[in-house]
Amino acid sequence: MNLSALFAVGQTALELGLICSLTVLALFLSYSMLNVCDLSTDGCFTLGAAVGAVVAAAGHPLLSIPAAMLAGVCSGFITAIMQTKLGINSLLSGIIVNTGLYSVNIMVMSGKSQINLNKKATVFTMMRGFLAETPLKNQYVTVVAALAVVLTVLFLTLFLNTRLGLAIRATGDNPDMVRSSSINPVFTTIVGLCVANAFTGLSGCLMAQSQQSAEINIGGSMVTIALASLLIGSTLMGKGNIFTRAVGMVLGAFVFRLVYAIALRLNMPAFMLKLVSSVIVALALALPYLKDQWPVISRRLSYKKAAAGREVK
Amino acid sequence: MLNISRISKTFNHGTVNEKRAITDLSLHLAPGDFVTIIGSNGAGKSTLFNAICGDFLTDSGSIILNGEDITFMPAFKRSKHIGRLFQDPMRGSAPGMTIEENLTLAAASGGWLSHVTKADKKRFRERLALLGMGLEERMKQPVGLLSGGQRQALTLMMATFVPPWLLLLDEHTAALDPATAERVLEITRDIVNKDKITTLMVTHNMQQALELGNRTLMMDAGGIVLDVKGEERAKMTVADLLSQFRDRAGKNLDNDRMLLS
Repeated sequence: MNLSALFAVGQTALELGLICSLTVLALFLSYSMLNVCDLSTDGCFTLGAAVGAVVAAAGHPLLSIPAAMLAGVCSGFITAIMQTKLGINSLLSGIIVNTGLYSVNIMVMSGKSQINLNKKATVFTMMRGFLAETPLKNQYVTVVAALAVVLTVLFLTLFLNTRLGLAIRATGDNPDMVRSSSINPVFTTIVGLCVANAFTGLSGCLMAQSQQSAEINIGGSMVTIALASLLIGSTLMGKGNIFTRAVGMVLGAFVFRLVYAIALRLNMPAFMLKLVSSVIVALALALPYLKDQWPVISRRLSYKKAAAGREVK
Repeated sequence: MLNISRISKTFNHGTVNEKRAITDLSLHLAPGDFVTIIGSNGAGKSTLFNAICGDFLTDSGSIILNGEDITFMPAFKRSKHIGRLFQDPMRGSAPGMTIEENLTLAAASGGWLSHVTKADKKRFRERLALLGMGLEERMKQPVGLLSGGQRQALTLMMATFVPPWLLLLDEHTAALDPATAERVLEITRDIVNKDKITTLMVTHNMQQALELGNRTLMMDAGGIVLDVKGEERAKMTVADLLSQFRDRAGKNLDNDRMLLS
């Protein structure tokens, strides 16, 4: 692989990594903080893409961003209501909402499974026009995505250190404590999932506009990819304050995309992506458990060895 | 301060597992009362606390706290004015969050979107220093790193940071080693005396039940069988307490954790 090819790989990984890191940051809030594995992520990502594309196609690229985030908030609100007010298991509520969103997403795209944004103004084409005369003129995707990521990381850092943010973190950290305190876990769960899904929606919106089309499968297995990135991120920078950890999430998303892009360059077929992300997630989730078990396993092995030694004598 | 009149609670009503946990119980606490509660296993001590905190709604009767009828108030709203400690020191604080963050939640000053201020931090340090455990130097450490005793002391500090109308202590020193338990109890006494907090404390230590506070209740079968205070209580010994219990409940006090000395 020559240098320019390597650079191209890095460039793609950076763009995709930055856009997807918004979903990773959403899971950072719902999964790492609130301790809810939000399986509606795939559908919500597509919802953001669909809503954003429809609004952009109608000629309002700037408006597409708040619209997609608002759509995400609605989706998160429904997931949260199902698990807090209707007594549905949190995993199931995510799956149910995800299934329902498939129809909603097609409905948003007026019955089609794809919206083409070719020759339509998007936030990226706007940025391209804006940067036309500057040295960054070819980096418009990165600039928009980086801007969104920086704002999101700053927002999360501020938000998670407010009293509301602390209450959300306590809800995930020690539900027992929250139940016997003046924090209403229903309220914190709803707020947490709404905010998280707003970023998932934003992520989808930017993804669709960057590739100039939204299609119904754009968010497919996003939750696994995001989880893989999240786990890589927390391995890299899992300790420390919220800001450090949030930056770690972005880094995780980038590393994941980089590994994936390199694998593609080395002629790994594109359909392998899902298997690769599954393996990464499974390994990352299993590692802490295996680490715990290791002393027992190693003692067993040495015990067997010693026993074999005794028999020989 | 607390006015409980004729509350009852039956669990699993109408099934073979039916359990009358509290039967027609009334209790009146004056402001500043520090009441110790003893009783056999399943006497309804924790159930009484759960009823006061709103973990479930009572079947009948009413609960009035500081003039406010809280009979049907949801638990998280009551918690604003009721501090509660459990036997398990892990229950009262969030292990993944720092001491400072835990205290920020407990201090409950400012609105939902407010941040912790310099003045808050200074206040936290001053209050933590009173515990004499060196926690004020560990503000940025996650609570999960503290020992059980330290965590229980911190929980106590959190529960009383804004003095509650009512403090409920459910054998909060039972899971600690004797020396630590003694220290936590000392802190409890200091805090309760300083802010004159109305307190109910369940204990399994009979001596403690007579020494601490100004009033002692004995519970059995979901009701209060003995209520002593003042002169009568001052003269009472553990042996008196046991014989009184036998007379009133018609059986020996039976608690597998009971400490008689």
